[in-house]
Amino acid sequence: MTVKTEASEPAAQQRSFFSDKFGITDTLMERCLGEALSAGGEYAELYFESVASTSLGIDESMVKSASQGVSAGCGIRVLSGERTGYAYTDELTADRLLRAARTAALIASGPAKQSVVGFKASLPETPRPKLYPTPAADLDPELSDKLALVMRADKAARAYDARITEVRASYADEVRRILIAASDGTYASDVQPLMRINVFVLAKDGDKIARGTAGGGGRVEIAYFNDLKTPEYFAGDAARQAILQLNAVAAPAGDMEVVLGPGWPGVLLHEAVGHGLEADFNRKKTSAFSGLIGQRVASDKVTVVDNGTIPSKRGSIHVDDEGADSRENVLIENGILRGYMNDKLSAKLMGTANTGNGRRESYQQMPMPRMTNTYMLAGQDEPADIVRSVRKGLYAVNFGGGSVDITSGKFVFSASEAYLIEDGEITSPVRDATLIGNGPDALKYVSMVGHDLALDEGVGNCGKQGQWVPVGVGMPTIKLDRMTVGGTGN
Amino acid sequence: MATATKSIPAYAAQLAEQAESIVAQAVRAGATDAEVVVREGDEFDAQVRMGELETLKDSGSRGMGLRVFLASPEGQRVGSTSSSDFTPDGIAHLVAGAIALARISSPDPVQGLPEPGAFGTLEAELELYHQDVYSLPDTERIEYARRVEAAALAADPRITNSDGGSFSAATNLRVLANSRGFVGASRSSYCGLYAAPIATGANGEMQRDGWSSSARTMAKLESPEQVGAEAARRTIRRLDGRRVSTQRVPIVFPPEMARSILGAMADAANGDAIYRGASFFTGKLGEQVAARGVTVINDGTLPGLFGSSNFDGEGLPTRRTVLIEDGILRSWLLNTYTGRKLNLPSTGSASRGLAGNPGISTHNLYLPAGTQTPEQILAEIPNGLYVTEFLGRGINMVTGDYSRGASGIWIENGQLAYPVQEFTIAGNLKEIFMNITAIGNDLEFRSSTACPTLRIDGLTIAGS
Repeated sequence: MTVKTEASEPAAQQRSFFSDKFGITDTLMERCLGEALSAGGEYAELYFESVASTSLGIDESMVKSASQGVSAGCGIRVLSGERTGYAYTDELTADRLLRAARTAALIASGPAKQSVVGFKASLPETPRPKLYPTPAADLDPELSDKLALVMRADKAARAYDARITEVRASYADEVRRILIAASDGTYASDVQPLMRINVFVLAKDGDKIARGTAGGGGRVEIAYFNDLKTPEYFAGDAARQAILQLNAVAAPAGDMEVVLGPGWPGVLLHEAVGHGLEADFNRKKTSAFSGLIGQRVASDKVTVVDNGTIPSKRGSIHVDDEGADSRENVLIENGILRGYMNDKLSAKLMGTANTGNGRRESYQQMPMPRMTNTYMLAGQDEPADIVRSVRKGLYAVNFGGGSVDITSGKFVFSASEAYLIEDGEITSPVRDATLIGNGPDALKYVSMVGHDLALDEGVGNCGKQGQWVPVGVGMPTIKLDRMTVGGTGN
Repeated sequence: MATATKSIPAYAAQLAEQAESIVAQAVRAGATDAEVVVREGDEFDAQVRMGELETLKDSGSRGMGLRVFLASPEGQRVGSTSSSDFTPDGIAHLVAGAIALARISSPDPVQGLPEPGAFGTLEAELELYHQDVYSLPDTERIEYARRVEAAALAADPRITNSDGGSFSAATNLRVLANSRGFVGASRSSYCGLYAAPIATGANGEMQRDGWSSSARTMAKLESPEQVGAEAARRTIRRLDGRRVSTQRVPIVFPPEMARSILGAMADAANGDAIYRGASFFTGKLGEQVAARGVTVINDGTLPGLFGSSNFDGEGLPTRRTVLIEDGILRSWLLNTYTGRKLNLPSTGSASRGLAGNPGISTHNLYLPAGTQTPEQILAEIPNGLYVTEFLGRGINMVTGDYSRGASGIWIENGQLAYPVQEFTIAGNLKEIFMNITAIGNDLEFRSSTACPTLRIDGLTIAGS
C-alpha cells in the first residue's frame, strides 16, 4: 500500500483544543502524572478524549431520528509490573484529574520511585503521513448535505424494485480528538473523523420475505459519498441482496469446498487468526496460537498483515490510544506465523517491539492490543478459475459478523449472501448460514488465492472484552479446500 | 398500583431538579414537549490472574439526554442530544442542538410523548438498590477476585491456566422527567463474581469456560468458592472434544443456553419489527407460535431481579405481560410509538439510553418451570446433543433462519457421554418454537432472561 506523504498538522494546534476548552496545561499534566506515580508505579499515562457525534435516520421515507452527542473525559492509567490501576473522570477539572490520578496510583504500594520524564510538548510531534482529513468543526451545524444522503438512499432503494417494501437508511459521523501524555515522555495527539452510511431493506413477494443490508464509509469527508461511494450505490446493493434472497434455497450442511469473495469476507481472517494473534492472549498463553511464532499456521499462499496506515480506511489511525505511531505489521508470511499485535504493556512484558495496536473504546476503558485493518495479500489466481475449480461447494460474498473462542481456536462467521457452486458454476443463492472452523488449521486449507485484493466498504466494528473499536478487513477471492457450512440442506 | 405523583426521594432530588430545569429550558426555547434523562453511576472492578492482582478500576461518570418535540398539524418532529457537560453553557448547547435537530426531522403523526394518563411509577419497593455492594474495603474486594480464581485453579490438575477471576460492583441512579408532568427516579446496584479457567487436554488442546454469580446485594452473591468450582467443572467437561457428523438429533438446551431461545421469541414479538412486517411473528397474534405447554412472561415488577424497574424508558409503570400462553401468541412488546403504529397501548416496554428515540426491551423475561428434571429429559434421548456453548449470532429475525456455531456434550442412551465441538446447529425459529418437546423444572433467575432446560427436536447439526 502506498500512502500520501502530506505532513500532518502541527501537534500544537490539536493540543490547544484541550487547553483552550478545558484549561489542560502542561503543568497540570505533569502534576497529574506525578500524583499517579506517587505510590511507586513505573509508568503513568493520561488519555484525554473528546467525541462529538451526529446521526440521522430515515424510515418510512420520514426523517424519524436526528441526534447529536458530545462527551469528554480523561482516563488515567498506572502500570506497576503486570498490574494496571485505572481511573477516569468526565469532569476535566484539576481537582477531579488529581483525584483520578491518586485512585489509579493505588495499584502500586510504596513510595514514589520514579520521576516524570518531562515531555516536550512545545516541540512538534514527529511528522507522519496524513491518512485522513481534519474536520473543520466537531459538530457540523449544517446538516442538510447529510440529510440529503439518507433521502437519496431511501429513494434509490425504493426505485430499485417494486418488491422493496421497507427502507431504513442512516448516516452517522463522529470526530474523536485524543491527547496522550505519559511519564515515559510520550506526547501525541490526533483528530479522527469517521463517517458511515447504512441501508436496510425488506423485500416481499407474496408470502416470501427477505432482508438486505449494505453500508460503508471511513475516515473521509462528506464528498466521499457524493463522488465515490454514493447513497445510490449502497441502496442498490441492499435492495439487490434482498430481492436475491427471496428465492434463496436452504444452505448445504457439512464439510465442503468454500470460495470466499473479495473484501468483507476477510472477516474470516479477523476471527480465524486476528484475535488469536493479539499479544495479551499470547503473553498469558491463553490463545490457541501461543508459542507458534515461526511455525506453519496457513498454506504457503497465505500472507496476512494488519495495517493501520491505509489512507481513509475505517481501521486506520495516525497514532494508537497509547500515543504510538500506527504501522503495517506482518502477522503471517507465506503461511508462517511471524508476529503478534502488541500494545505497550505486552511489548514490555514480552520483550518485543510495540506494534502500535494499543486501542480502546473510550476514556472509560484501558487500552489493549486490537486490530486495525487486517487483510490477506493478493495471490496469482484468476477469480473465475477459482470458482471453476469447485465441483460442489459454497461461494460466499457477504457476511454479517463473526466470533471466536480464542483459547480453543474455534471461530464462526455468518454468510448473508452466498451461492451454491455446482460443477464449477455459481447457481442458486442460499439462505443465511454460519461457517465454522478451527483458527490454527483453517488457513492451511487455502489452496488458491486470487489477484483481486479488496478491502471492505467500511462498516466493521470489533468487540473485545466489552470494548468496541472501528476496524477494517480485506481479502482477495480465495478457495478453502475444507470448511464446515452450517445449513440445513444436502 | 401505580401513581404518577410519587415524591422524589432525597438521594435523587438534585438530579431530578436538574432534569426538570432542563425540561423547562427546552420548553422556553420553543419545544412543545421535552423529555430528559439524567444518569450517574460508579463502577469498581478488580481482576486477578494466576493469583496476582492484574487490574483495578474505580470510577464514576454521569450523562444526560434530551428529546424535544415540535408539534405541527402534520404531526410532531423530534430531535435529540446527549452530553456529559453539566455546565450552564453545556446545557444551553444541549437544548439549542436538540431544537435545531427537531427542525430538520419530518413531522410524524404518531410521534410524541405518551398521553398524560399513561404515566406512573410502581409504588412497590422493588429492592433494586443495596448499599452493601460498595461496603467492602478494596483489599477484601480484591480478595474476592483472588478466591474465585483460586477455587477454579484448585479444582482439578488439568486446570493449567486462567483468564482470571474478577469481582465487580456498580451503582446507577437515573432520573426521567418530561413536560407532561412525569418525574421518576430509579436507583440500582450490582455486584458480580466471575472466573474463567483454562484446562489442557490429553492432546495439548486448551479449553476455556467460565461461570459467574451476580446479584443486587452482596447478601445474595454466591460464594467465590462455589462459583470458581462450577467454572472449573464446566471447563474440564469440554476437554478432548470430538467432531461429529452431519445429522438430525434431539438437542437439549440447559438453562444458560435456552435463554437465547426465549430472547429470540421476544425479538420476534418486538413491536418495532411487527409494524414493519419485519418479524416472522407478523400477523400471528392469537395463533399458535410455539408448542403447547410453552408460556412466556415478561414481568418488570418482581422484587430484587435484574430486569425489574418502577417505570419504563418513557415513564410508564412496568407490568406483567403474557407474551405466549400455552403456545398461543398473546401480546407484542410495545413502547408508545410502536403501540400507536399498531393501534394498541404500550406494554411499558420502552428502553431509553441517553441518545436517540426510545427502543424496546424486555424486563424479566421467563418461561415458567415444567415438571421434568433435567436428568429425566436426558434419559428419554438415546442419541442426541446437550449444547454448552454458542458461537456467533446467526439469526435472521425476518425469515426465522437460524444457524449458529456450537459445542456440547453428546448424549448416548440417556447419559452425557463425551464432548463434541466445531459444528453448527441450524433450523428455522418458527419450527424450533413448535418443536419444544420438554420443559425442565429448573427455572432460576441468574439474569433478567431465565428459562428452564428445554428439549428441541428437528434441528440439523452440520459437522464432518
